[in-house]
Amino acid sequence: MIADDPACRDVVEVLTEYLEGALDPADAARLEVHLAECDGCASVLAQLRTTVALAGRLRAADVDAVDPRVRADLLEAFRRWSGTGRDDGP
Amino acid sequence: MVDEDVLVAALRRGDERAFAALVDAVTPVLRRVVRGYLRGTDGVDDVVQETWLAVLVGLDRFEGRSALRTWVVGIGVNVARRHAARAARLVPVAAVGEQGRRPAFAPGSFQGPDGADPGHWLSAPPSWRDLPEDAALAAETLAAVGRALEALPPAQRAGVTLRDVEGWTGPEVAAALGLTEANQRVLLHRGRLAVRRALEPVLSTPEEVRP
Repeated sequence: MIADDPACRDVVEVLTEYLEGALDPADAARLEVHLAECDGCASVLAQLRTTVALAGRLRAADVDAVDPRVRADLLEAFRRWSGTGRDDGP
Repeated sequence: MVDEDVLVAALRRGDERAFAALVDAVTPVLRRVVRGYLRGTDGVDDVVQETWLAVLVGLDRFEGRSALRTWVVGIGVNVARRHAARAARLVPVAAVGEQGRRPAFAPGSFQGPDGADPGHWLSAPPSWRDLPEDAALAAETLAAVGRALEALPPAQRAGVTLRDVEGWTGPEVAAALGLTEANQRVLLHRGRLAVRRALEPVLSTPEEVRP
């Protein structure tokens, strides 16, 4: 529940809720009134959006593929798993 | 995402190519999340392997209430936590990250109870410049994001990694981490604020950087 004239300290605490679309419409509206008037909070919101966007670029930047040895072991385990007659189970 | 029922049926039938494709598709995110719990200790491959073996054990009982990848990563988180708990008995507590407790905003950012407007900005964070177009500077910025993520407490790191790096939905992240959606957002918020703070020295407009 967001107050009519919320303090900045409280506004910055609900910015992720806002970005995630989790605020109810009345709270979102009160937040937007504050953001329109408060450069500091608007700036923090913009920075959080930038932070999220930058994090999204890490995925392409750093591929963390499966170790070939682990992969071979897992496929071996899968063959054992599927060959143990578990289809006859319950 | 491909039709999961078809995929699950293929796995249960023993279709090795389906399993290989699943391992290849999900292991990168699994490794990324697991690394956060192990905090630089070895054993990521062990956890990955143990996770997939647990997936095989549980596959016949998988009911498809969550997406397959969500279920796999959820198992991975539990395996990683167990490994981390075991390792914690061997690693001095001080070595396990004191980071993440730094306040989300510089001390003195907000007016105290005696201020003209308590709780409002006394000194709002400086605005950021546009993201660098220069490739080297952009790489430097991304590296700073990566370091900030690594410094987060494990659960926050997992939350930000799944939601913001991997682009999973909030409900998927909540399911994988065993959290309510509200708690998942709290975790995400703490993590995002910490990463934001770590980017301040990199992206704040130079003339506004405070001492």
